[in-house]
Amino acid sequence: MSSVKEIPAVWIAGGTCGGCSVSVLNAVVPSIKNVLIDELVPGRHISLKFHTNISAGSGDPVIKVIENVGEKNENEFLLIVEGAVSTAEEGIFCSVGEKNHSPVAIRQWVVDLGKKAMAVIALGTCSAFGGIPGGRPNPSRVRAVMDIFKEEKIKTPLINIPGCPPHPDWFIGTVAKILIMGLPKAEELDDWLRPKEFYGTLIHENCPRRPYFDEGKFAKKFGDPGCLYELGCKGPITYADCPLRQWNNGVNWCIRAGMGCQGCTQPEFPDLLGSFYEKLTDVDVPKIGEYWTRREG
Amino acid sequence: MGKIVIDPITRIEGHLKVEAVVDGGEVKEAKCSGMLFRGFEKILEGRDPRDAQIITQRICGVCNHCHTTAAALNLDSAFGISDKIPDNGRIMRNLTMGFHQVQDHILHFYHLAALDYVDVTKVATYKGKDRTLDSIKAFISRGELAPFVPRYEGDYRFSPEVDQELVLHYVQALEMRRKGHEAVAILGGKVPHACAVTPGGATEIPTVDKIATLLWRAKELRAFVEDVYVPDVIKVAETYGDYFEIGKGCGRFLSYGVFDLDGKNPNYTNRTRLFKQGSTSVELQHQLLDLKQINEWVKHSWYEEDTSGCHPYDEDTKPLPNKVGGYSWIKAPRYNGEVYEVGPLARIAVSYAAGDPAIKEMVDSLLSHFKASPNVLFSVLGRHAARALCALHIAKNLERWVLELRPGEPAFIDYTIPEEGTGVGIVDAARGALGHWVVIRDKKIAKYQCVVPTTWNASPMDDMGNHGPIEQALIGTKVRDEENPFEIVRIVRSFDPCIACAVHLLNHKGRELGKYIVA
Repeated sequence: MSSVKEIPAVWIAGGTCGGCSVSVLNAVVPSIKNVLIDELVPGRHISLKFHTNISAGSGDPVIKVIENVGEKNENEFLLIVEGAVSTAEEGIFCSVGEKNHSPVAIRQWVVDLGKKAMAVIALGTCSAFGGIPGGRPNPSRVRAVMDIFKEEKIKTPLINIPGCPPHPDWFIGTVAKILIMGLPKAEELDDWLRPKEFYGTLIHENCPRRPYFDEGKFAKKFGDPGCLYELGCKGPITYADCPLRQWNNGVNWCIRAGMGCQGCTQPEFPDLLGSFYEKLTDVDVPKIGEYWTRREG
Repeated sequence: MGKIVIDPITRIEGHLKVEAVVDGGEVKEAKCSGMLFRGFEKILEGRDPRDAQIITQRICGVCNHCHTTAAALNLDSAFGISDKIPDNGRIMRNLTMGFHQVQDHILHFYHLAALDYVDVTKVATYKGKDRTLDSIKAFISRGELAPFVPRYEGDYRFSPEVDQELVLHYVQALEMRRKGHEAVAILGGKVPHACAVTPGGATEIPTVDKIATLLWRAKELRAFVEDVYVPDVIKVAETYGDYFEIGKGCGRFLSYGVFDLDGKNPNYTNRTRLFKQGSTSVELQHQLLDLKQINEWVKHSWYEEDTSGCHPYDEDTKPLPNKVGGYSWIKAPRYNGEVYEVGPLARIAVSYAAGDPAIKEMVDSLLSHFKASPNVLFSVLGRHAARALCALHIAKNLERWVLELRPGEPAFIDYTIPEEGTGVGIVDAARGALGHWVVIRDKKIAKYQCVVPTTWNASPMDDMGNHGPIEQALIGTKVRDEENPFEIVRIVRSFDPCIACAVHLLNHKGRELGKYIVA
């Protein structure tokens, strides 16, 4: 018998573009192969029971696999929800598989599996906050996983890893932490259930263009040097470590590429931030750090 | 008579269900249904037109950069600057799109399609010293085989040695496609959902360090495509040769062309592109592209029919759930009133028919390897081969485009948003012809329509009663084992469907669960 502990995981997709999965596929070290095939940490292997883009099988056999995990691995498996939970019209806007010849709505999966999981990771801004499909007028009435949990009084530990898409390190780091140290403590998550080690500081606080902002040197059109604030950058109100971590193996990130931050890790994305190309209202900056205090107060 | 229902079809993008009615071992009737609705066009209405590029890319995390490119072309056209994009901006769009498509084709063959042909469990008998294969052997010996099992059983034909080699390539391909994405990010900021390709060009400034790294990344990708990807497709074709006879489809092909080689002609339908615009039948006679010939039909889709058959600018989208005769939320786009397939096979067929010498040479050399006529291209294997040739053709051009970048020169031209206007942006995405149309009023989006590749390929019947391309490819197929319908999933996956793209409309009223299942 193997001495490796298998940690079952189910990755279920709701109202999503699949971009979170593709982003996780871009993990560098450990690679996605290390995550799925090898022991992610010594003695622990993530056994990915179902993923819609990866699973070899199709149809009923894989649906049975998902159901089996819920039944046989209660409180032992990790549930990863990618995408928003569509709720309009009994959830018919998004379904996965069939039971008794009827489609099973994503909301049903989130409730059934969410109750039984050891922990749930709401991966991506759609799953964490509603995201783009929740943009006005929210045609399929999508909700965040945390809202569904509140409504259904589900107490399973929930961690939000927002981002459109989320950085692979944010996801794999969170999973590795669970395997090494156990579930995060309440004080390790912010008010939006985001791990503080990844979402603890504003983009603006670590932005390499910050000196331009402080000196009032603003780019007037794309390609200009200067702070991108007047071209619509949402960095002053967005929490994430992109400026330090950078993207795609550290080759670049939005602001370095000359485009403003789009605020994609925020619950306000995409509506309350205004056009991606319009300047934030001045009232919100430059009192960096006080923004959320005031909003919540 | 039996009905095979496959839901979900995995290893594609999105939520797809396929139903096939099988009689006497043959598919008599086939229906595709998309199972996710988000309503992107409605979300876009009333917004700043510039936001369309950032929002539409999020229709799909797999095809995101194709939507970015189509949206940027669309907005350029609406803002009256489609002939004014600086060469640096045009080339950066080609490079980001090019690296994106090469990694996407690699992803499709190895990570979405290959497990239909390759048996991962045969690594259990591996005897060599390769660390990657050894680690997979260890994984198998632990006994938890998810996500590679369960799967359909009974038709994996490679020897253990070939299977082991292909599994190793599966892992190497993960790294190659990641590196392809990194190249997109070098010019695009990050990916998925690159931000730096915008209306007006691109926001990033090409620098010599970026040029140097992109050059070597292009070389590395090209080597992988030439030395590994194309030979592996040939291996599959040699071992599963019957799939040259399976999944023919509708036999008509449409391509919008892709990779602008000249930015001065404002007309996207005839500006010079690497892959050519146009249409063809299996006779390979090239016809020029005419966007006025595009109509969408809804007799068998759950929409009211008053604008059925209209052009995307003129059509309405009024949902009518449970409509008698309807069975899909996907509309049925048609060209010239006929069913057309889009995608890499269409791209290759149209450029071949247009007499493009590089494409002709690649295709003819492949056909001579198999001692076959062009007819075999119209098949499951033909689609995989065409996809590999598309990747090869792009990979061969990337280095040249990198060297055309001019460090320090502008990549972006400023513009003003018009009070009113219309735009169109067309481009061949990795999965085929992608069109974005916009109507602007009061400097806001009044209407936005996307007609995307999988809407063409996974479309239901039209008002004339013609099935969509995937349905046509399925109907008539012999299924050897209804419990393990390899033929069906291999046909469907050869089209590389992307359901997040295909179904982005919305309905207002509910429909009864299960009502759409047509036995």
